[in-house]
Amino acid sequence: MIQLAVNGVQRQFDGDPTTPLLWFVRDELNLPGTRFGCGMGLCGCCTVHIGDKATRSCITPMQDVNGASITTIEGLPAKAPASAGGLHPVQAVWLEENVPQCGYCQSGQIMQAAALLAENPRPSDDDISAAMAGNLCRCGTYPRIHRAIKICAYGKPNSVAALTDGMKTEEQA
Amino acid sequence: MTMPAITRRGFAFGISAAAGGIVLGIPPESLGQQPSAQQPATPGQPAPLKPLELTAWVVIEADDSVRIRIARSEMGQGIFTTLPMLVAEELECDWAKVKPEFADTAEHIARKRLWGDMRSTNSRSVRTSQEILRKAGAQARTMLVSEAAARWAVPVDECNAGNSIVTHRPSRRTFRYGELAEAAARRRVPAEVELKAPKEWRLIGTAVKPLDTRAKVTGEPVFASDIRLPDMLYAAVASCPSFAGRHTLFEYAGKLVSFDDQKVLVMPGVRKVVRVGDTAVAVIASTWWQAKKALEALPVVWDANAGAGVTTDALRETFEKGLGASDAAVGEKHGDVVAALASAAKVITAEHRVPYLCHATMEPQTCTAHVTADRVDVWAPTQNGEGTANVVAEALGVPVSKVYVHKCRAGGGFGRRGLSQDWARMSVLIAAQVDVPVKMQWSREEDIRHDFYRPMFVARQTAGFDKDGTLIAWKIDLCASSIQATLQASRQRNGVDMSTMHAYLEEDLEGGKAYHVANYQVAFTARQTQIPVGYWRGVNFTPNGFFRETFVDEMAKSAGKNPYQFRREMFAKAPRSLRVLDEVAKRSNWGRQPAGVYQGMALVEHEAAVCAQVVEISVDKEGALKVHRVVCVIDPVFVLHPGMAVMQMEGGIIQALGAALHGEITFENGQVQQSNFHDYALLRMNEVPRIETHLLPCGGDPAQAWGSVGEVGVPPLAPALVNAVFAATGQRIRSLPLRNHKLKAA
Repeated sequence: MIQLAVNGVQRQFDGDPTTPLLWFVRDELNLPGTRFGCGMGLCGCCTVHIGDKATRSCITPMQDVNGASITTIEGLPAKAPASAGGLHPVQAVWLEENVPQCGYCQSGQIMQAAALLAENPRPSDDDISAAMAGNLCRCGTYPRIHRAIKICAYGKPNSVAALTDGMKTEEQA
Repeated sequence: MTMPAITRRGFAFGISAAAGGIVLGIPPESLGQQPSAQQPATPGQPAPLKPLELTAWVVIEADDSVRIRIARSEMGQGIFTTLPMLVAEELECDWAKVKPEFADTAEHIARKRLWGDMRSTNSRSVRTSQEILRKAGAQARTMLVSEAAARWAVPVDECNAGNSIVTHRPSRRTFRYGELAEAAARRRVPAEVELKAPKEWRLIGTAVKPLDTRAKVTGEPVFASDIRLPDMLYAAVASCPSFAGRHTLFEYAGKLVSFDDQKVLVMPGVRKVVRVGDTAVAVIASTWWQAKKALEALPVVWDANAGAGVTTDALRETFEKGLGASDAAVGEKHGDVVAALASAAKVITAEHRVPYLCHATMEPQTCTAHVTADRVDVWAPTQNGEGTANVVAEALGVPVSKVYVHKCRAGGGFGRRGLSQDWARMSVLIAAQVDVPVKMQWSREEDIRHDFYRPMFVARQTAGFDKDGTLIAWKIDLCASSIQATLQASRQRNGVDMSTMHAYLEEDLEGGKAYHVANYQVAFTARQTQIPVGYWRGVNFTPNGFFRETFVDEMAKSAGKNPYQFRREMFAKAPRSLRVLDEVAKRSNWGRQPAGVYQGMALVEHEAAVCAQVVEISVDKEGALKVHRVVCVIDPVFVLHPGMAVMQMEGGIIQALGAALHGEITFENGQVQQSNFHDYALLRMNEVPRIETHLLPCGGDPAQAWGSVGEVGVPPLAPALVNAVFAATGQRIRSLPLRNHKLKAA
């Protein structure tokens, strides 16, 4: 019997111990925000936190998480004491900056970004690109993800140019 | 991505033809697109409107909520925000009260195709419904104002509508929309309403807050793969690994010979192993992981000869031999290109090629279905709700009136989920073999190995110059598999898929004014093979845009001109192209880049939008390429939502750059050699250049065709990139992806 905490709730699992955490979370706990993209840890759609570490749940077997504390996108707001409007600060910036297009990869992007910022509150452009390089987005929201992470880290400056030194988007109607 | 350009005349006709009734139509040519056998069975008058409906598009509740029906599909392009903007602009409602919802596909069919075209393909969602939706908003507003005026017994023109309130100006009396809606819905829908002029627009052109972002950042169940139903089981599926050619519309894999389910039925959770048509097998289990493990353990015998001899090289030879073959179809011709080339003082020829590509939506193909004796329910991430219903009905042999397609947001589309409905067919064939709902989920490997691929395309271009170096002849021969012949045979004209020549046809060249050459001919040869092909963002504009815009640079070189100046001369009579080209040159500081940085440019028109890009690169001593910046200028005629237009350009550029650098599907014995993101690489954040997008709408009369934004960002990128490579290294890159080429140091 495998015991673990998911979003602060104690859970048990007595199935095939090689079952990936992803499918336990999605199909058995009915937490659909953690998504399946590749099954090989190559795209990051399934990213959750084990403790504070961003982890690909699609290649993490249940036998490896006995006793672990797991956070999924659904539990992320509770991880931040100052969460506003029921959102983790990273989610709040994602919403404010309208980062998603289709949205399928965004749970994983947010979980990865939250882990990055927890470990490195003031990341450089290269830090951000390196930390996020494992998370694919087919819609191409990378410039907005990059910008959102910088806003999380440094706040929203008056000048867009000052903020988006590394990856810049100009909008002009 | 399937419809030939709606001509401006055709579009205007469609609108005026629809003006007489409450059923707001679509252009007549669009109505004929589904094969007639798949039309709803019972002809007749439109069904009466349901209570509260103010036209088919708007329902206003007593609490003032404004429900706006979305006939198209949402896959990240933002129509759950942009389509309601069009209605709300004229409805004069409080934007905070707007709640978009999918128009119901079964109701659409039952009510005689009430919402017209339900597809989101060919970048058409906004541009082919903008006038219909603005008109619906104006009609609904007029009905609300009329109801208020009648209650007050005052003339209508003493009343104003704004912010979801009707005000009688002289008396300052007011009604909320919610107080009027039910009675207003019983009023006659006015046939003719006046629409605002663009200068009066207050919502259109503004970056309003998108309406559906929150659910995407909180992990709510919004996708088809998130569906959960009582007693639902899960299916994992495998098709024959090799393609063998077409058996049925959606079956190209080799045949399933047999399987032995005894070994896996004893595995935990496994309920049943089922044949899926002629070419696939599925395991149904209590969880998807159980189904997948059993599928891996299942002994399966496939047709051993399937795909024998089908290799990338053999396919390429087939297409190369097709160039200029006797069955080639000429799509555009003027002058005498053969004679002009024979008399030319200088002739250049180049052969180009692009590879097969898969879509790789982040959500692998999935669909959930529940098949009972009375009805079929399908939860589908479709770009084409009505098409899904028709495919399901045909697959099961049931009337389409028994099929209920519940549209779900798609985790990416890019053309994968529109006309190629193979996944919907498989889903119901599986679900029909048990009596509970089944969620079918493909693995990533199945998704990459059983796509309808962007076709491999080859081109041979020849240009002739006179003794003064003036371009006098341009001959283009193209060969590939036709997507229309694969998925939409009825779209062909006299057996020819004209879309295969897009980017070379007059309609794609500012009405023949851009790149006009006295002696000109483009011809296409169709070669259908064992490999299924389909619509991929940008469709044939992407390969042809690559061929054309790289060869334009070669022609410029031969004419002794800078690529920018050469294009300027070719656009002398094409003002929209020239304006966009000049803007991208200005914004990119063309010709004044930093030392060690090299530029390339390209311009492509797609469905009334013109887009130009300048790509800046460097190449280091080891020949490693770095893309520093992409400057993008687009004239989409009108901009509905600037933020979303920019996002579409960024998305198109990033998808196109990933494809140009890395993207390639190859075959060995009919089997795709790639399987997951380690060998089919998408662009990652550390490879993304700075992207600067400038919106340059030309505006004008809103009744004219609006330009597309969903796909036009894709085609210019690859040619601009390889043109920059030439500037840096002197190497002409005539085939993609770039990773197959060893670059010299700049």
